[in-house]
Amino acid sequence: MAHSSTSQPSTSQPGASKTSQPGTSRTGPATASGPASPRALAWNRRLAAAQKNWKVFLEDRAGVAGGIVLILVVLVAAFAPLIADRSMLDVTQNLDQPRYAPPSAEHPLGTDNYGRELWARLVWGARVSLIVGLAATAMSMVIGTIMGMAAGHFSGLFGGLIMRIIDFFLVLPSLLLAIVLSSVLERGVLTIVIAIGITSWAGTARIVRAQTLSAESRLYIERAKVLGAGHWHIIRTHLLPAVMPLVLANTTLTVGSAIIAESTLAFLGLGDTTQQSWGTILKNAMDVSAATSGYWWYILTPGLAIVAVVLAFTLVGRAIEAIANPTLRSR
Amino acid sequence: MSVNAETEAADPQSADGREDIDAPPPGQSFGGYLLRKVGGALISLLMVVLLGFFAFRILPGDPVQKIARERQMSPEQMELLRAEYGLDKPLVVQFWDYLVGIFTGNLGTSYVYRQPVSQLIAEYAWPTLLLTGTAAILAIALGLWMGQLAAWKRGSLFDKLTTSTSLVFWSVPTFWLALLLLMIFAGRLQWLPTGGMVSPGVESGSLEYVVDVAKHLILPVITMTAVVYAQYLMVMRASLLGEMSADYLTTARAKGLREDDVRLKHAVPNALLPTVTLVFMHIGGLITGAVTVETVFSWPGLGKLTYEAISGPDLPLLQGTFVVFSSAIIIMNLLADLIYRQLDPRVRRA
Repeated sequence: MAHSSTSQPSTSQPGASKTSQPGTSRTGPATASGPASPRALAWNRRLAAAQKNWKVFLEDRAGVAGGIVLILVVLVAAFAPLIADRSMLDVTQNLDQPRYAPPSAEHPLGTDNYGRELWARLVWGARVSLIVGLAATAMSMVIGTIMGMAAGHFSGLFGGLIMRIIDFFLVLPSLLLAIVLSSVLERGVLTIVIAIGITSWAGTARIVRAQTLSAESRLYIERAKVLGAGHWHIIRTHLLPAVMPLVLANTTLTVGSAIIAESTLAFLGLGDTTQQSWGTILKNAMDVSAATSGYWWYILTPGLAIVAVVLAFTLVGRAIEAIANPTLRSR
Repeated sequence: MSVNAETEAADPQSADGREDIDAPPPGQSFGGYLLRKVGGALISLLMVVLLGFFAFRILPGDPVQKIARERQMSPEQMELLRAEYGLDKPLVVQFWDYLVGIFTGNLGTSYVYRQPVSQLIAEYAWPTLLLTGTAAILAIALGLWMGQLAAWKRGSLFDKLTTSTSLVFWSVPTFWLALLLLMIFAGRLQWLPTGGMVSPGVESGSLEYVVDVAKHLILPVITMTAVVYAQYLMVMRASLLGEMSADYLTTARAKGLREDDVRLKHAVPNALLPTVTLVFMHIGGLITGAVTVETVFSWPGLGKLTYEAISGPDLPLLQGTFVVFSSAIIIMNLLADLIYRQLDPRVRRA
């Protein structure tokens, strides 16, 4: 929840961190007596808006539930070494453990084909899933925002060219290209992040472009242009704050699909084989025909973990989106 | 994967798909429109061809070295392999060979199968077409039908149920759902076959053959339908919600039409139009879903071929499936744009 609470102010008032200096902002709320400076006034207004948005978020029960699940998963991932010792994942150190043990008091979630505890693998797998999901999303958001703003801001041949590229990536199924990229690059977590990041930004770019176009038609940008503002100035001080709320709302939704993409690539055998990942566990399960051999615990829990986290990100994302885009709230 | 599905579904403004990118200027002639669309698709195809070449050549990692890592190979053998696949020639020559190959239907030779890639693809294309075609028809029918009902009864229990079900399905990885279904219906209950397309010994062409293929088809089709229908549902729901307050509906009700007629004869046809583009767009997602679904169910199609190309690694085969899959999707989108213009008179002569 800490994550979403800090993103709330910027969701509602994207310019907050850009335009107000940290020094003035701290004195802001205290200037109740005497004439308040414009900055302090603006800060107060933003604080009030943030509080209001936080309240709206708390009213969204599904969003709050998703947030709680996310906190739990983040904690588990962060403290994985304390919860399950690394040696529990080492095949050579579990030779005395029973293989394919169904869930019992001794083996809460059962064991795999090497006698490893599945719960330990799940705990460590949370790390890769979250890291890849977040890093790939960050990459996708940066590319998507840059390309979307460029396509919306620049006209003529350059803008047309960028639109063509966005359109291409929008049409091309990202998994196919991600498969190709992760097959030709060195195996590893970074490769997976790059493969997902490079192939999943077009949706964001499309939204950003639409928002940029609507912002461009506003009078304050025309005024800035008349006053001689350059491309960089307009993009940085006017367009970026206008598109950020939508980008942030989109971020949380994208994390979910990035996690699914990671597990799919790992399932196809393109993941980092030295790391635990939920997709890798399911690949191992398929390799030993767990589905037709009756090892249901080998398949059920890793998938449930993926669904829970993706659903949590989606619910939080929808709640944030409803705040960033109030027209959706009525629906 | 369906990265933009959720954002599109959640944002009713984008129910009309890529219109904000590709909206034809009003009053444009059909010839101009056709030229623009076909030109755009050709550029996309060219980009696929370029990507298909450069992704496999420029990026770090010598393909032969990669093969050598998987199995024992002497330097001489590696040289031989390089010569066999033309990897020792200058890049420009390789590119020219590749271009000529693409236009003459020669996509190289598979490392693993030792067969021409184009021949393999032609052989494996039909099962994929059967699988994705059946799943697409089911998903579109189910998704659009439930979507319009959900929108019409917005806020009702049915709406909440279908919307949350589609959210859950959206969060489910395709391959996991496939594994679950395989585990329950083929593993535990043993109602359906565990994989493949035909049982061994069944004669091709007989009625028994058709029934047998249908049995093998059930689980993969259910998996792919379940994953995709939710996206159609959300698109249709958003699209119909956009029509709900339109004046012509008030008129229809004022005429005394039954509510069902207002919905099915007035609102739905209009809401259906913007979904056409998206329906075709999501077929791309369906095709990539085929990669994991065919892998789990050993369905002998292009998806399984892709999986085998990955695990080889069989780079010419992977290159071939990538180019063919992507081109098919681009052509599908072009068709969608052209059909859309024919269907929607507002776009034709706005």
